[in-house]
Amino acid sequence: MARLQDARAARNVQAIVDRVPFLSFLNVTARVDREGSVTCTLPFQEKIIGNPTLPAIHGGVIGGLLESVALLQLIWSMNTNVVPRTINTSMDFLRSGQARETYARGRITRQGRRVANVRVEAWQDDPVRPIAAAHGHFLVG
Amino acid sequence: MLGNERHAREAPAVDLSIIRQFSAEIPFQKAIGTRIDLLERGRCRLSLPWKEELVGNPITGVVHGGVITTLLDSASGMSVFSIIPKVMQIATLDLRIDYLRPAAPRRDICAEAECYRLSRSVAFVRGRAFQDSGEEIASSLATFMLESSAL
Repeated sequence: MARLQDARAARNVQAIVDRVPFLSFLNVTARVDREGSVTCTLPFQEKIIGNPTLPAIHGGVIGGLLESVALLQLIWSMNTNVVPRTINTSMDFLRSGQARETYARGRITRQGRRVANVRVEAWQDDPVRPIAAAHGHFLVG
Repeated sequence: MLGNERHAREAPAVDLSIIRQFSAEIPFQKAIGTRIDLLERGRCRLSLPWKEELVGNPITGVVHGGVITTLLDSASGMSVFSIIPKVMQIATLDLRIDYLRPAAPRRDICAEAECYRLSRSVAFVRGRAFQDSGEEIASSLATFMLESSAL
């Protein structure tokens, strides 16, 4: 995927997001800060509701956001043209995802030759009050 | 499933048609197009036709992990709804998914979940996702908190 390189060279992580149909469907956007940390933003939309009574965002949408930011962080940091494969994810749902914008950011905790470990969190108003946290293992080589 | 069979005969439970109706009104399930293939006490199977907009890897056409997460989370939650004594809120505490092999593109995905232990406040669920070949593409473990507040 030569475009991964192009996107990195242009420092444009959104170009990668735009190529992923499911992220476009969810209207997810992404940016990279000066330290190279990727943050994804999920706007609130009626269609992502999983519990109409509260209302709350579907756990699968939040899970998808967490997995995506982990993958984007790996693609961004690793300088690879191979899209990492998710081995597993383990998610904690800490608070209900309310009807507002959701953000997610991750950190690579270990980068091996074949496997990378990533920890990610999603929050809404306050990054120190995450609504969900996850760790995952990804096949990178 | 012996425990669930006993449960079905003896314990009070929510009418399955109410659960089907709830599920049909969940916006995200409507948005991606999930269907209920099976719903019985402590068990639920959902299926989802492949769609371009669900793709996570544009090169291979494989659906996004978030889609499989959604199916497993939904099937797991519904397996809990089907076995609790009355209508109440439930909340996913955690969900662990192993991706066993990539999903084949352009084929339906099914997710089946079984609530194998229900305590007073916690439900324990295992699930699996598979395609028409029968090969498992993912397996999951989830726990849910049962809330006392009525809907």
